[in-house]
Amino acid sequence: MTAARQIYAIVRKDLLLELRAREQVTGMAVFALLTLVTFNFAFDLTGADRAASGSGALWVAIIFAGLLGMGRAAAIDRQQGAWEGVLLSPVDRGTIFLGKLASALLFIGIVEALALAVFAALFSLPVLHPMVLLVVCLGTVGFGTLGTLFSVMAATTRAREVMLPVLLFPLSLPIVISAVRATTLLLTDRQAEVGPWISLLLGFDVLFLGISYVVFGHAVEE
Amino acid sequence: MMAVAGPDVARTETPPGPTAAALAAPAVEATGLTKRYGNRLALHDVSLRVDPSECVGIFGPNGAGKSTLLRVLSTLARPTAGRVRCCGLEMPAQASEMRRLVGVVGHQTYLYDDLTVWENLDFYARLYGLRDAGDRIRQVLDLLGLGDRTEERVRALSRGLQQRLAIARAILHRPRVLLLDEPDTGLDREGRDRLASIIGEQVRLGGAVVLTTHAVEFGCQVASRVLFLDRGRLLWERPASGDLVDELERQLRRRA
Repeated sequence: MTAARQIYAIVRKDLLLELRAREQVTGMAVFALLTLVTFNFAFDLTGADRAASGSGALWVAIIFAGLLGMGRAAAIDRQQGAWEGVLLSPVDRGTIFLGKLASALLFIGIVEALALAVFAALFSLPVLHPMVLLVVCLGTVGFGTLGTLFSVMAATTRAREVMLPVLLFPLSLPIVISAVRATTLLLTDRQAEVGPWISLLLGFDVLFLGISYVVFGHAVEE
Repeated sequence: MMAVAGPDVARTETPPGPTAAALAAPAVEATGLTKRYGNRLALHDVSLRVDPSECVGIFGPNGAGKSTLLRVLSTLARPTAGRVRCCGLEMPAQASEMRRLVGVVGHQTYLYDDLTVWENLDFYARLYGLRDAGDRIRQVLDLLGLGDRTEERVRALSRGLQQRLAIARAILHRPRVLLLDEPDTGLDREGRDRLASIIGEQVRLGGAVVLTTHAVEFGCQVASRVLFLDRGRLLWERPASGDLVDELERQLRRRA
């Protein structure tokens, strides 16, 4: 119960900061929408091509918006050394990680809800299907998990803006590929083939969550 | 010196966590501490002991290793070699329990600019699991003279008031050990008096304080013992006294 209360405290604080400063969700949402609009006007596609390109556009929007948000979240925590204040508290490092992950997923989730609605309207694809939403959730958990870990690690380095994508993208490739493939299959009505990709996503989510929870304490040590 | 709240206000209950053995142990015990950042040796074989009811002042020129020492003692940095114990708890194995017993004022305020004074302390009270959070927040804000600024955002406060709030944050959870890294930075006369009172209360109630400052007179006034650090080495230690002020200033000028 203590851990749950501490996670709640971290999420509540992040939400309050966002409501005050509006530094994360607004920027992420604008970026995601611009990406979708640009892709929609750049490619005049029909049928299966539209589904394949559309799923790619959707995940580019989600991933880059998420990257933007998680990098900004780490920067906000670094101002005035507030992050060290959190580390000085008797909260277990794993619990801090879960709190930051919950905040990241909340903010990315808000942006995704908006992006999916706009995507459905622009691309005329059945993206609000429960199976597509499941894939989006699984992909977001995997990407958000790695992003939370690496944004904290990158924030301690000098070239933090460059370090986050450099650290995050290679390791999140399995998540991105699985999510894009699964989304494409679902949007082209090949639901029978999607099982292995969802299993893969689930497997990587569990793996990354476990590893990140354990190594987070070492990652934040000086 | 300004009179501030007595013991019943400053510490209304024993903080959760420490056992009787922990309370009887030295407040801080460091043995052979070495801290290396790459090729740079920030601390070299530093040993010190701080007992309950004691305030130790650490002096030294810029780059002497004072802040590094406090970062190691506060669990923010792991020593390259050596051992740290706090109230009988060993780092890093019992670091989490140690953090409950330690309050830290650092070079930065550890506050969120866009949260209000109250929201900042409320956040930390939740992390520390304080049961009487509301009452305790009001107490520490009154101690630091911030009682009428609860709804102001930290961003809107002056540097001195932010520093007062940083001190309030550090004592919020009633720590047994206070680690204060230049806590008088930006404080006006009244702020310094309040800080001196808080240090005095901490010592009087059986707590311990480790303090670094460049304000030699202030340091010698509040500390009972003085340590001098230079280039990561502990050079000497003496009981604090008014006579030491000139000697410390001379040494600081010579080694600057």
